[in-house]
Amino acid sequence: MNNVFAVAGIVIKEMYRRKDFYVLLILTVLITGVMGSVTFFNDDKIVRYLKELCLLLIWISSLVIAITTIARQMPSERENRTIFPLLAKPISRGELLIGKFLGCWLACGIALVCFYSFFAAITVSREHHFYFLNYFQAATLHWFMLGILIGMALLGSLVFAAPSSNATICFVVATAILLVGRHLNQVALSMRGGQQAFIYGLYYAIPHLEIFDVRDLIIHNWSIIAWPYYGAAVLYALIYGAFFVAGACLLFRRKALN
Amino acid sequence: MRSTKAPLLLLVLLFILCFSLAAWLDPRSLARRQQRSTDVLGVLMGDSRKMFANHFFVKADAYFHSGFYPTIFDNRESFQTPHMAGDAGAMKDENQGEETAFMGKPRDFIERFNRHFIPATHTHLDQGGAEGSKAGADLGESPAGGVREILPWLQLSAELDPNRIETYMVTSYWLRKRMGKVNEAEEFLRAGLRANPGDSALLFELGRLYHENRQNDERARNLWELGAHHLQQGKPPLADSDKFMLSNLSLSLARLEESHGNLAEAINWLEVFKPVSPYPSQVQTQIDDLRDRLGEPAPQAEHEAPAH
Repeated sequence: MNNVFAVAGIVIKEMYRRKDFYVLLILTVLITGVMGSVTFFNDDKIVRYLKELCLLLIWISSLVIAITTIARQMPSERENRTIFPLLAKPISRGELLIGKFLGCWLACGIALVCFYSFFAAITVSREHHFYFLNYFQAATLHWFMLGILIGMALLGSLVFAAPSSNATICFVVATAILLVGRHLNQVALSMRGGQQAFIYGLYYAIPHLEIFDVRDLIIHNWSIIAWPYYGAAVLYALIYGAFFVAGACLLFRRKALN
Repeated sequence: MRSTKAPLLLLVLLFILCFSLAAWLDPRSLARRQQRSTDVLGVLMGDSRKMFANHFFVKADAYFHSGFYPTIFDNRESFQTPHMAGDAGAMKDENQGEETAFMGKPRDFIERFNRHFIPATHTHLDQGGAEGSKAGADLGESPAGGVREILPWLQLSAELDPNRIETYMVTSYWLRKRMGKVNEAEEFLRAGLRANPGDSALLFELGRLYHENRQNDERARNLWELGAHHLQQGKPPLADSDKFMLSNLSLSLARLEESHGNLAEAINWLEVFKPVSPYPSQVQTQIDDLRDRLGEPAPQAEHEAPAH
C-alpha cells in the first residue's frame, strides 16, 4: 500500500506544479465575477443564472483536469523511459497503475474542494444561506463521477497510442453520456429488432455519468438527495471505477513496455 | 485634328453615372445600416440569434419550473406554450394533457434510480418553487420572490431577438404584477417599442401598465386606441394573433369607457370586439344592456348577426 501512496503523492505534486489547474480556477473566478457584476432590472438578488454558469465552468474544468492529467501519465513514463527504473524498484505493475489512479483522483478531489469553496462563497454572498449538505452531496457525487472517468482514461491510455487521441475519445464519450445517456432507453424504444436490442444493451452497459450531475438540484435549491440513493450512487461509481482500473491492470500486466 | 469634345462628354457622362449611382445607393445603404444591429452579438451570430433567443425564452420557462422541464425526448404536449407566457396572457395557451406527468412511469430500474437525482416534481416559482413544495425539508427560505430568477434569460432573449414580442410581454407582466417593478417594466416595454414601432401587443401591455399600475386612464386609452387603430388599418383578413390582440384592446377600451360613463364609446368598442370574440351573442347582450342604459333602441338586425 505504501508503494501506491508514494506513486499517488507524485501525481498530486505534479498537479500542483503544473499551471492547468490554476489557469482554469482563475478563469472560472474571472468569468463568474464578471457575470456576477451584471445587474438585471435593478435586482441584486438574482443568483441562479450565476450558479448555473459557475457550476458549468466547474464541470468543464474538472473534466479537463481529470482527463488530461491521467491520459498523459503512462505515455509520458514510457516516452521518458522513467518507467524502467520505476518498475526496477519493488513495485508491481498493478501498484503503479493503482497509484496513478489514486493520485489523479485525489488531485481532482483537491481541485474540486477549491472550486466548490469558491462556488459556496459566491452563493452565500448572494443568497445569505449555506446549503452545506446539498453542496457536499453535489461535490462528492461529482468527485466519484470523475473516478469513473479517470479509470476509463487510464484504461484508454494503455489502449490508444497517443495521449491526445485518448483524451479526445474520453471527452467525446463523457459528453455524449452526460447529454443523452439518460434518454437512450427512449431512443431504443422508438426502434425495432436488432437496433433496439443494441441501443438498449448500450444503455445498460455504459456508466451513467449523468446520475452524478445534480446541478439542477443545486441551482434551484431542491432538497437533499435521500441518503440511501446517494450511497447507492457512490457504490455504483466505485464498482465502475474498480472495473476500469482492474481492466487496465489486466491489460498492463501483459503489455510490452517499449 | 482630333476633336476634344468626345472625351470631355465621356467624362461628364461618367460623372453623371457616378452621381446617380451614389444617389441610388445611399438611401438603401442607410436603410440597411438602420435595420442591422450594430452590437457585437449581432455581428458575430447573425440570424442564429433568433434560435438562441428562443432557447433562452424556453430556458426561462425551465427556471420557472425549477428545472422540472421536458427535454426533446419527452412528451411535450403539456409544455407547447411556456407556462410563464400562458400565465402572463402573452401567448394563447395550447397545452394539453397532464403537465405533472410528462415523464411517465419509469421504463426500467436505471430510469427509476435516475429520477432521484433530477427535479421530478412540478412546481412554479411564483408559488414558492422547489423550496415551497418541500415544507420542513433541508432547504426552505424565500416564498414567492423566486420568480425574479427567470428575468436574466428573458433579458438575454430580448437582446438576441428584439423583434420577439412575447419576451417583452412576459417580462413586463412578471415585473409589474408579481415584483412591483413598474418603472423597470415600462423601460423594458419602451425598449421593445423602439425595436418594434407601433406594435399593438406592446401598446396594449403598456396601456395595461398605465391603467393598472399608474391609474392613468387617459394615457392607457391613448395607447390602446393607437394599438387598435394599427390593427384596424392592417390588411384583412387578420391573423389569429392579431384577432386575439384586437379583442384584448377593444374589450379593454370598452370596459374603460364604461367605467368612465362613456357608454356610447363603450358600445362602439364592443361592436369592434364582437366579430373577433369567441362568444359574439354574449357580446351582443352586453351591447343591448348598454343601449338600454343609454336609452337607445337596439337595431333588430344585429341580434341575428352570424358568429365569425
